[in-house]
Amino acid sequence: MTERYAQADAVGRRVRVVLVDDHRMFRAGVQAEIGDTARTGVEVVGEAADVDQAVTVITATRPEVVLLDVHLPGGGGVEVLRRCAPLTAAAENPVRFLALSVSDAAEDVIGVIRGGARGYVTKTITGADLVDSVFRVQEGDAVFSPRLAGFVLDAFASTDAPPVDEDLDRLTQREREVLRLIARGYAYKEIAKQLFISVKTVESHVSAVLRKLQLSNRHELTRWATARRLV
Amino acid sequence: MPASAAPRTPHAPDPADEAPQRRLYRSADGRMLGGVARGLAGHLGLPVVWVRLAFFGLFVWGDGLGVLLYAAFWVFVPLGLGGRSGGRSFHELFETLPDGGRRLRKPARGQITALVALCVGAGIFLSKVQSGGASGRYVWPTLLVGAGVVLVWRQADNARREHWAAGPGGSRRMFQLARACAGIALVGIGLTLFIVVRGSAAQLGNVLTAALAVLAGIALLAGPWLIRMTQDLSEERLMRIRAQERAEVAAHVHDSVLHTLTLIQRNADDAGEVRRLARAQERELRNWLYKPEGTGKEEAEEPATLAEAVKKTAAEVEDHHGVPIEVVVVGDCPLDERLGAQVQAAREAMVNAAKYGGQGGPVQVYAEVEGQTVFVSVRDRGPGFDIDAVPDDRMGVRESIIGRMQRNGGTARLRSAPDGGTEVELEMERAAKAA
Repeated sequence: MTERYAQADAVGRRVRVVLVDDHRMFRAGVQAEIGDTARTGVEVVGEAADVDQAVTVITATRPEVVLLDVHLPGGGGVEVLRRCAPLTAAAENPVRFLALSVSDAAEDVIGVIRGGARGYVTKTITGADLVDSVFRVQEGDAVFSPRLAGFVLDAFASTDAPPVDEDLDRLTQREREVLRLIARGYAYKEIAKQLFISVKTVESHVSAVLRKLQLSNRHELTRWATARRLV
Repeated sequence: MPASAAPRTPHAPDPADEAPQRRLYRSADGRMLGGVARGLAGHLGLPVVWVRLAFFGLFVWGDGLGVLLYAAFWVFVPLGLGGRSGGRSFHELFETLPDGGRRLRKPARGQITALVALCVGAGIFLSKVQSGGASGRYVWPTLLVGAGVVLVWRQADNARREHWAAGPGGSRRMFQLARACAGIALVGIGLTLFIVVRGSAAQLGNVLTAALAVLAGIALLAGPWLIRMTQDLSEERLMRIRAQERAEVAAHVHDSVLHTLTLIQRNADDAGEVRRLARAQERELRNWLYKPEGTGKEEAEEPATLAEAVKKTAAEVEDHHGVPIEVVVVGDCPLDERLGAQVQAAREAMVNAAKYGGQGGPVQVYAEVEGQTVFVSVRDRGPGFDIDAVPDDRMGVRESIIGRMQRNGGTARLRSAPDGGTEVELEMERAAKAA
């Protein structure tokens, strides 16, 4: 994933970011890794260590992207998403959330994505990939790590019970293929080449999957997430 | 009594010699009523049957003295763990005796004998009572009360025994509840009969009211204290469980994490080794934290499902070659022979990817179960190679991966391009019966 988007792309682009994580060391690490604005185009405008602080900082600074830890004192990332819902839904300059966590237990990941986060990456991600993900989220694209794609496929695969809403709850063949390739570690460009479609089409498929995941109220999705403690 | 005091070796029996300091416990194991007889037998070094017969004799010919003695033992002698091992080992000793000891080997047989003896005794007792006339009127209530008390007391013993034995299932708990109710009912009926028999049936109401008043008074006085005590007890138990858990976590962290950190400090210059150690530790810790109780904590066991097998294989290759392997598994199914072969082929592909493509970043493994088809892909971002240029005598890919898959009825595809990495796709149909 390292050289997916050339670093040169960052030149001239700017994104304002808030870091939400209860580990100060980790915030410092991320700041050092991506916070060099001249090089990466990322400007860290605020940090928060718990839910209340996060809501305050996000409301005050109105960043474009929030890097959000899943586990937080005061209710976790889901609670931040819930309380910032008006900002996320704002018509102009919406705040977008990218979940960033050491936990990749299925219920945590699916939880924040359903709560409205635009993507999920693990903390083992490299700095370049993280910058890349931040920009993609800022542009409105969804960021699926291979593991998240696996979780989503798994959640939508268990379709023994008839879905409540056929259109909403079923992934199309194409979306499934795209997810599968993401899970296998393909980059968007490679997926586009493999499926003979454009990168933009890949992006729109991924966004569609994200929307279905967030809107789908199939009860087995939640049940699935809580019943398994997949790692 | 301590288990060490009771030898398991079948030498000549004289337990009284070697255990001067043994304490008397009632046996929790193999008992018929309160475990008094078995406990005594273990303590005195006598066969259980003899002790039981002695109690029985005292009961029949000693005007019920046996029952009184038994009851006294039951109340005052604690139920012990030692009773179990003592009774058991004595049993073993006894059965090695040459003179007919074999017959007593099966506890079931001994219990049946005792039961028959009990029935005979009851018959004798009843016939005596029937001829007793006037005094017989009190016998039935007494018997009822006695039976009820026995039921409830044995219940209490069982509750104590829970500390040693595994927790009971739901049905057993129901059974215990039913037994307690039956015991209380028996005592109640017996007491009522007592009053009726004494001819004071007319004053039954008054007596009941008085009794209720006394009971209510006692409950009011002692209730809060009792509640406080049970709360304290349960709280104390909770604290103890927490302390145990903490100790277990501390032990695990000490054994694994601190050990790994030490190794990392020592190998600080070797980035590859540090990464390998950290990843192995991360994996183990995750396994330990998130796997449900009783699974995943023992590394030795063989995986039973595809997902576990793939993860385990990847972990082994990762440990061995020091290249990170990212595993994504969708769906799961039990492992059969063909899937075993597929996992083996995948292992070979992972090893190749780690060896030749590990510089380009992590190796990515993806496994999916969809209906009857199991798909595994192993992908690296290494330099890649030209398959057609591989000489014929290089059998690794051809035999271990492609050949193995074909022999087991599956397919393997290999895609590789110079500078484009390598991807191995393995596809296999599950055995039909697993549907």
